Amino acid sequence: MSDPSAPPATRPSLLDIRGLSKSFGTLKALDGVDFTLGEGEIHALLGENGAGKSTLIKVVTGVFARDAGTVRLAGREIAPRSAKDAVDAGIATVYQEVNLLPNLSVAQNLFLGRQPTRFGVVREGEMKRRARALLFDYGLDIDVGAPLSSYSVAVQHITAIARAVDLSARVLILDEPTASLDRHEVEILFSVMRKLAERGIGIVFVSHFLDQVYEICDRVTVLRNGRLIGARDIADLPRIDLIRMMLGRELAETTHERAASQPDTAREVCVSFKGFGKQGYVAPFDLELRRGEVVGLAGLLGSGRTETARLVFGAERADSGEAKIGGKAIRLNSPRDGAGFGFGYCPEERKTEGIVADLTVRENIVLALQARRGLHRPLSRREQDEIAMRYIRMLDIRPPDPERPIGLLSGGNQQKALLARWLATSPKLLVLDEPTRGIDVGAHAEIIRLVRELCEQGLALLVISSELDEIVTYSNRVVVLRDRAHVEELKGDAVEVSSILAAIAADTAPAHEAAS
Amino acid sequence: MKASTSVAITAFVLVAGFALCALQFPNIASTRVVANLLTDNAFLGIVAAGMTFVIISGGIDLSVGSVIGFTTVFTALAIERWGIPPLAAFAMVLVLCALFGAAMGTVIHVFELPPFIVTLAGMFLARGVSFLLSTESIPITTPIYSAVSDFAIRLPGGGRLTAIAIAMLVILVLCALLLHLTRFGANVYALGGSRAATALMGIPVGPMTIRIYMLSSVLAGLAGIVFSFYTAAGYSLSAVGVELDTIAAVVIGGTLLTGGQGSVIGTFLGVLIQGMIQTYINFDGTLSSWWTKIATGVLLFVFIALQQGLMALARRSSLKPAGAKLAGAKSPEVKPAGALT
Repeated sequence: MSDPSAPPATRPSLLDIRGLSKSFGTLKALDGVDFTLGEGEIHALLGENGAGKSTLIKVVTGVFARDAGTVRLAGREIAPRSAKDAVDAGIATVYQEVNLLPNLSVAQNLFLGRQPTRFGVVREGEMKRRARALLFDYGLDIDVGAPLSSYSVAVQHITAIARAVDLSARVLILDEPTASLDRHEVEILFSVMRKLAERGIGIVFVSHFLDQVYEICDRVTVLRNGRLIGARDIADLPRIDLIRMMLGRELAETTHERAASQPDTAREVCVSFKGFGKQGYVAPFDLELRRGEVVGLAGLLGSGRTETARLVFGAERADSGEAKIGGKAIRLNSPRDGAGFGFGYCPEERKTEGIVADLTVRENIVLALQARRGLHRPLSRREQDEIAMRYIRMLDIRPPDPERPIGLLSGGNQQKALLARWLATSPKLLVLDEPTRGIDVGAHAEIIRLVRELCEQGLALLVISSELDEIVTYSNRVVVLRDRAHVEELKGDAVEVSSILAAIAADTAPAHEAAS
Repeated sequence: MKASTSVAITAFVLVAGFALCALQFPNIASTRVVANLLTDNAFLGIVAAGMTFVIISGGIDLSVGSVIGFTTVFTALAIERWGIPPLAAFAMVLVLCALFGAAMGTVIHVFELPPFIVTLAGMFLARGVSFLLSTESIPITTPIYSAVSDFAIRLPGGGRLTAIAIAMLVILVLCALLLHLTRFGANVYALGGSRAATALMGIPVGPMTIRIYMLSSVLAGLAGIVFSFYTAAGYSLSAVGVELDTIAAVVIGGTLLTGGQGSVIGTFLGVLIQGMIQTYINFDGTLSSWWTKIATGVLLFVFIALQQGLMALARRSSLKPAGAKLAGAKSPEVKPAGALT
């Protein structure tokens, strides 16, 4: 534990990554990351969204070119330029969406491009025999002549793994392989993983199911904001420490001051939810959002934060409970309803769900306002210019050019333009999902300042963030989520990183059984 | 499994349709009529075999009709005006077709353009070139042509299996072997399943694409030669719109327009169904021959609807539908309500 990135002495190192860096524009997606995988080791790669996990995998598998750093496989330096290069070198990846051909038979999928042939004719019988033998090793006894699509995702995953390993892979990267599997299928997959590890294959396991990480992995490497936080043997790492590694920020960096808190009751309730929820999406919750108050949503990836936000805005339809404004029940079935009540929502997936990349900053800003006014009352060009310029000045969007396509702006400025889009509609409630994700440090501070200012102006805010320090900085109250349920609400002085961590880590055992 | 269902349905439609025709006109059920049907549709069968490869791989080739037209004109000119021996003329025109197909495949792959657009351009190009060569119909009078036209295997019942019908059958068998028994064939299906996944699995996607369009163009060239035997002439307006008849035959034969599924035998049945409709209309004598198009259109609708229905059925009965996978990706922690606190 003294040198967290050193491999355990017992295992010879197989994959050795040193100082790997990769930037997209001004954003450092990977910043000098080290990663060491031993032979026969199952190694979890953890981190919240945007931590750099997928960038790391994509660099290692040749999808992205690296900016700096070395990758060594069994002591030999490699620089794959394509997925095929990586496979040839011995690194195979199985993604959550299986990259095989659903219309071909299982046998063809296993042997495509290398089928046994005689005089140019594929020896179907021989191929099937080999395919059966191969899959038998993985505990599958299936009709390999049937199309792949007729089997469950678990079988498809194992087929993909079998193909990869049969192509002499030494490093196997499994990217969220269990996300769409049920408990039984997970067991099958795990037994396959253990068997492969015994044969000396190194496995990188990307997952956000901590229970599974503790069940199957030997070591864990945690990334945050593109930086290596540490690598540990899982046996020596209490769960709360792991969660702190994933969510916390080094104490030195926390120079936060808590927002002056007033008693909640003093503020006017903007909207309240009672028993609001949706089956299989997020458990029914009670939530009051008040004017001039920031409520933070904290929890791990997949704990139900975004789901809560979408229900609150009406982007997802609740099937239980009710929402009330001023004591009157309201209908909240679509984003249109939400916007109609003066709600605004900046989604997490800024690029796909937020901005319209090809439209200009001006067009993006006036979008929500125009939608509310309807087609028949178009904003005149003069009004549009005026609104766009006002918010560009107010939020300091750079460059201050309303006619620039928004896709060309940096992440932070895109986020500000999205904020402007909703502010232009003079909203009562703003829901911000990870507003600081993928934004460089300077803009980060500005967004946080903006959140506070908006709050002071009397807006109700519901903010999701994976950065607990950030949440603590601006939240008056924090709702902690776990396993798709609201489990705790922290107020006043209780809003601090350690208590949030404790709430997230507490009582994690049920999740295990619930998955079955 | 699903693919064979589609073919079985096509076969059923063919047999049932033929039986109905035979009930009304008993003479239809003779080797003479059947052999004529094969002869009349020989060129369509050949070009449809090539189209089957293209469509299964997820593409489309709109240029085939024009390539047939070009081939007839070029062959006729080469033999009649330039004095080239027929076999050399055939070889030349097939090489030109291969180059043409390779060029289209290259453009599609390198510039990542939709095959629809590229082959549409190819269609105009080939048709334009044939008009440049000659705007008139050029009769072919060389002795080989009449010799081949006279050749036929006599069938019991008075039918004559002509040389071009035999050529079609041989080409169809070869294509079926190529598609169903070789690595090349497996790669064609793979491309139609998912281009990206195929590339990730190490299949050279570019060369495959080029070869598939080459194959289609060469088969269209062969169809053009067969057509020139059939009409004993070269004419730049021949085979206008044949690309659409071809696509119809392929789809009626159970090949998915979205790629990934289909068979040569199905395509052959699709060609026969079109031929059967044409034959019925000839026998009836009062119907306009354009009813063939109408019947083909109706059949196409029915078959596409049928395929969609079968797909939906298969999707519902399969263990883990694609939809569930998507949902899983979006909300990975969906748990039974009992697990919620």
